[in-house]
Amino acid sequence: MIETLTYRYDANAPVARRAHVGVVASGNCEILLEPAGDSQASVVVRTSVTGYADTWKAVLARFFERNPIAANVEINDFGATPAVVALRLEQALETAQ
Amino acid sequence: MNVLLADSFAERGARERAQGLLDPQTYRELLGPFERVSSPYLAAQSVVPQSDDGVVVARGTLGGVRACVIATDGRFLGGSIGEIGGAKIAGALELSRRDAERGAPTRTVLALDTGGIRLQEANLGILAVSEISDAIVALRELVPVVALIAGRVGVYGGLSLSTALCSQIIVSEGARIGLNGPDVVETESGIEELDSSDRPLIWRVMGGRRRYDQGFATDFVDDDVGAIREAVLHAFERPRELGPLVAPPFPNPRLERNEFLRAMGIEP
Repeated sequence: MIETLTYRYDANAPVARRAHVGVVASGNCEILLEPAGDSQASVVVRTSVTGYADTWKAVLARFFERNPIAANVEINDFGATPAVVALRLEQALETAQ
Repeated sequence: MNVLLADSFAERGARERAQGLLDPQTYRELLGPFERVSSPYLAAQSVVPQSDDGVVVARGTLGGVRACVIATDGRFLGGSIGEIGGAKIAGALELSRRDAERGAPTRTVLALDTGGIRLQEANLGILAVSEISDAIVALRELVPVVALIAGRVGVYGGLSLSTALCSQIIVSEGARIGLNGPDVVETESGIEELDSSDRPLIWRVMGGRRRYDQGFATDFVDDDVGAIREAVLHAFERPRELGPLVAPPFPNPRLERNEFLRAMGIEP
């Protein structure tokens, strides 16, 4: 089964453009990041590795605490570790600025 | 070649490969990831889909001439071809054919890195390969179609047949060309015939150098983006003829390793 997780965060920083990074390959993930109209960030995670909602929550909360960007983020995950997810998020943000 | 300084083509993703082939600043993607045209079948089978279905179709120029690069991503499900990715490839080839017919020839490159048809979309994948092959045959009547096999997977399965239909076939040493992959041969014929974990053996039998020597490819390149781009330009400007095919006919479906190698024309 695929698990779909959604998260929302308050945001105040705009992003300049959309960004696409990563790949749906073993131990990796793909991220699509697009500017959002309102002052909120929304994240949808689709993952084939189930049961790690708490870990996703922690990784994403830390990222949006440091980068309160108004963006819609979609993550297609194929077993990326928390460190890989954090790096991909940073890469997406860098590409979008 | 200095491996530390080389700009490896094989280590790039499909999108970066297409960008490396087209003239700088001309890259424009059709049905890119944000169009979200991805496989509707994978999630039901517990597989996470990728937003571009593992196929990149890019338009731009190549040597100043209108061009289309079609690249499959071998990292996503082995670069396998499903309904959506297959339709993107066939559609891109169809666009190139229409361009050629209206007097605006398009340099079309198939940068394939694929294990073949996607098992999760079985019949739709088979249909896609037939549409792709049909489109290649129609297009090559008008303009050259260049296959570039220089990824980490190579080309296997249905698309190896489509590759053989192209007018020019460029291959790198690290890539492989075969109908059945090593795992399939081992499963079907036994480990006594082919041990799929024996990498040197696999490359001796179906590696890029071997396939070039056998006359299955028109050009052999180093794994370097600049060198590969040159070879692709060369393939359009001064097409080569395929050499005589030196692969002997295969006699028997079940052979012991050394017999198998001799049947392939290799001294064990």
